[in-house]
Amino acid sequence: MALNKPYQDVPGTTIFDAEQSRKGYWLNQFCMSLMKPENRTRFKANERLYLDEWPMSEEQKQGVLTRDLNRCIAAGGNIYFLAKIGATDGKSFQYMAASMTGMTQEEYAAMMLAGGRSVEGNRFMGEKSGEKK
Amino acid sequence: MAAKITASVYTSHVPAIGAALDLGKTAEPYWQPLFKGYEYSKQWLKDEKPDVIFLVYNDHASAFSLEMIPTFAIGCAAEFKPADEGWGPRPVPTVIGHPELAAHIAHSVIQDDFDLTIVNKMDVDHGLTVPLSLMCGQPEAWPCPVIPFAVNVVQYPVPSGRRCFMLGQAIRRAIESFDTDLKVQIWGTGGMSHQLQGQRAGLINREWDNAFLDRLIADPEGQAQVPHIDYVREAGSEGIELVMWLIARGAMADINGGPKPIVKHRFYHVPASNTAVGHLILENHT
Repeated sequence: MALNKPYQDVPGTTIFDAEQSRKGYWLNQFCMSLMKPENRTRFKANERLYLDEWPMSEEQKQGVLTRDLNRCIAAGGNIYFLAKIGATDGKSFQYMAASMTGMTQEEYAAMMLAGGRSVEGNRFMGEKSGEKK
Repeated sequence: MAAKITASVYTSHVPAIGAALDLGKTAEPYWQPLFKGYEYSKQWLKDEKPDVIFLVYNDHASAFSLEMIPTFAIGCAAEFKPADEGWGPRPVPTVIGHPELAAHIAHSVIQDDFDLTIVNKMDVDHGLTVPLSLMCGQPEAWPCPVIPFAVNVVQYPVPSGRRCFMLGQAIRRAIESFDTDLKVQIWGTGGMSHQLQGQRAGLINREWDNAFLDRLIADPEGQAQVPHIDYVREAGSEGIELVMWLIARGAMADINGGPKPIVKHRFYHVPASNTAVGHLILENHT
């Protein structure tokens, strides 16, 4: 019997479940390694060389090199782990969050100040175009 | 002689709040309304000073990587250092534990069918230290020993609200069977609505959050039946942290046939960085 995953129809959202965690194990463990200052230094000196020390997929490495967090998440990354890349770059969490939404950091910050992203139209995939499942 | 739970405290644990405190930004217009909401709470904690705080929180890839993912982990060590989360550890006091009570609770709760992971060495991240900062300000030392209780809400499936609520009841039984007069507070932290990932990042649901607060006070048993998917859809993927509040709520006297708790304080504010902040203080009758 298939596992129950009712969260797959939530738009713009990837739930970090056991399957994603298995896919993203080395990507997330690479992120974890950036907690150590000496590793941050080595990563910054030559990102590709440092990434090649990890048994990550090429897709995961490209996601990191291009700082495309949505791509990293699709490849099994979890945001709390990926945040360590942003910390290494000296970026705020709000910068990282904005980068995933297609908004500038200023637009995103203004949205948050105005009360955040509304849940209306954001509950189900296709809801906005009236294709609610 | 016995230990007893005197009150429960509920609060968000947004890391940016810790940074605002540590960098002296609390008087800035952005942060001022938030810290104002905790002024009452700081005085209340001084007046009602507990002997021990049992603090339910989650680790954010600080102490636990993907090497080990315990669903429920109880900190039984004598002390816990603030974690380095990539910017250096927060400049806050070391957390002093209560190994005797923690070991007692572990024993009792495991016998009560909850398979806790016992942790004797662990750093604690903003999930634990931000609530302490919000409630205590910036003291030289925290006002009392703290037992850290870490819940996995990072990798799905996380424990259900129902199980968290039942665990709270087991924790109450454990505390009340400890043969020393201790005033214990139980804190539930995390939430409220927020989503930190994907195109839907920035989601806030003020209406849902306030309904959650209402129901946590008046109908916690009903709230405990709400499935994960409702939290994810309505309160964002990281809003699921709110199941941890049900652990603290389950430990209150009314769940065991006592009178309803007294609502001492309630506060709600949007935003703190990416997150809606909620806060409650519920007291048991003495």
